[in-house]
Amino acid sequence: MTGPFLKPKRKNPLARTTQPLLPPQARSRKAHGLTLAAATGRFVLQCCGECGRYTYPAREACPNCLSSDLTFRDAPTGGSLLSETQIEVTSDPYFREHMPWRTGLVQLDCGPIVIVHLHGGCGGPGSQLKLSLQLDRAGQAVFFAKPVLEVPHMEDDPQWREMTADPRHRRVLITDGRSPLALPMAQALKKAGAARIFVGVADRWKPLDQQALLAAIEGVEFVDLDLTSERSVQELAMDIGAKVEILVNTADHVRPAHLFDAGAANAAREAMDHTVMGLMRLAQAFGPVMRSRGADGAAGAVAWVNVLSVHGLSNVPQFGVHSAAHAACLSLSQWLRTELRPGGIRVINAFTGPLDTEWFQTVPPPKVAPKAVADAVLDGLKRGLEDIYVGDVAKDIEARLFDNPKAVEREAGQ
Amino acid sequence: MSGDILSKFAGALASGAVRVVDLTHTLSPDFPVIVMPPELGQSAPFRMERISRYDGGGPAWYWNNLSFGEHTGTHFDAPIHWYTGRDLPLNSVDTLPPADMIAPACVIDCSRQASEDADFLLTVSDVMKWEEQYGRIPARSWALLRTDWSKKSGTAYANLTADGAHTPGPDAEVMRWLVAERDIIGFGTETIGTDAGQAGHFSPPYPAHHYLHGAGRYGLQCLTNLDQLPPTGAMIVAAPLKIQNGSGSPLRVLALVQERSTG
Repeated sequence: MTGPFLKPKRKNPLARTTQPLLPPQARSRKAHGLTLAAATGRFVLQCCGECGRYTYPAREACPNCLSSDLTFRDAPTGGSLLSETQIEVTSDPYFREHMPWRTGLVQLDCGPIVIVHLHGGCGGPGSQLKLSLQLDRAGQAVFFAKPVLEVPHMEDDPQWREMTADPRHRRVLITDGRSPLALPMAQALKKAGAARIFVGVADRWKPLDQQALLAAIEGVEFVDLDLTSERSVQELAMDIGAKVEILVNTADHVRPAHLFDAGAANAAREAMDHTVMGLMRLAQAFGPVMRSRGADGAAGAVAWVNVLSVHGLSNVPQFGVHSAAHAACLSLSQWLRTELRPGGIRVINAFTGPLDTEWFQTVPPPKVAPKAVADAVLDGLKRGLEDIYVGDVAKDIEARLFDNPKAVEREAGQ
Repeated sequence: MSGDILSKFAGALASGAVRVVDLTHTLSPDFPVIVMPPELGQSAPFRMERISRYDGGGPAWYWNNLSFGEHTGTHFDAPIHWYTGRDLPLNSVDTLPPADMIAPACVIDCSRQASEDADFLLTVSDVMKWEEQYGRIPARSWALLRTDWSKKSGTAYANLTADGAHTPGPDAEVMRWLVAERDIIGFGTETIGTDAGQAGHFSPPYPAHHYLHGAGRYGLQCLTNLDQLPPTGAMIVAAPLKIQNGSGSPLRVLALVQERSTG
């Protein structure tokens, strides 16, 4: 059984900080079909187009009928535990730090037998389990089995916490307090048990609309942060860099400009400065310290969230500059993900369609409420996702890009 | 003869008989800049990014790249800045006649009124009262509005509310009158602009910009230390950067003040 995850004690300043280690990372290219599913919170297995049987591990041909028509398809998540092993001793450097570790052999309802990481609340052999694909600290897909029914403190299981980025007892930095996302994000983080919520505010000499509402949230602390200033970002990192376990980058800069407008270059430069270069400055200032704190106690650094426009995946002319800036952010974010991986820090991209905010005032519905983005980010943190699509527009574009990216491009220009 | 004047001047500087007062704020990332409605173009704030500091980027030297809008920090407005001055000759900072960079100043102290009312407006009658005491404003002088606003910082300096900025400045008539009737070379303030915070609602909008630049005159803003200047007699040295076709620039503004005791 799992006990509640209590607030960790203050760190002993005389003790060396534990350095992050990663679980084994080797995977075949085929197996990244599972990585894709785990990144978005789906449960898939290879399924044969000829005989219809599911198979695991990932392979090139169906072990039943030898057909090569194997595709990853959504699979039922149920299974029963065949056997369990509690590992007490291992030579693997990562798991040595997490002993004991519970694993099991599960007979999936859809056929294959898989090795799983076993939640502390699961019963012994014969018990029914609910499986998911999770990204471990190395960013690789693994099977995780939980009890079918909710048990107390389900989310506090130490093995589950290694697969997720739960904000409980963690300190979070929201980078842009002027964003309409800041308030619902801070509220959701508080509700999820975040210990402290730093809210970055640029140009403190300008009024801050949500100041009173943000200040009313216990644990919120305003900090000076201007992503367009290297000095500002660096100085904040000097102050609180080693206190940020989750960074939520809400920075955005939406300004309409036509590609051929005289001032479009200025608009583009400003947008890039706020978003792309802002992310770069954040990465330079907060990346190294967060990476070094990936194993700093049970509530060490764990995640970096970027809220991105889904139009970064395919340009929409109406928001051409915005699309281009977010495409660059996405590229930078992928780079950051690779750089933070050695620390076990999860980089989460939340792709959203047009928000229900002033800069998308003239865009017809459906639009995404800022609270929906906050809820989706919290869900992503608690489930350990990597790519989140928020709202109908983003989900639609994701599906259509998967199907035919050229069609998405053509239709956006019409 | 001129050599005689300048050598006396050099002597006065050396002896302290002429004091140099720096009227300039430090250019820093935190200094407020003018805010336009967000759908309009914005002035870039001052930013400094390091090239090297005795490190791998340059082992023995320290230097930075700067970026800022022309109208950032203590800065100069050239006539081309406003549409009313767009067709005038010599209207940009690179063509600014060097002789115009040095001129006497009249300092009109309205610090008491500005402390009582953030929206204080300088009027013709205020200036006439000043003239009763200190004499008529000489032609080609700077008129500098002292409000002690430079002693504020951050939020209080910008003083932005939902209906815009609330900072003191001139009314429309006094600007027309100072240019037409007193032939001032320019108008200077301690606030973010030469115009009052609410001047967009005046007729014409932004009258200081409208009248000054329409007549080929200049603006200085974000000045400081005006409280160290006498009402008359200070000489202002204001030489903006020589930016091709530039509409203004941050600059170092100096005032030369003759100490009274050493008459």
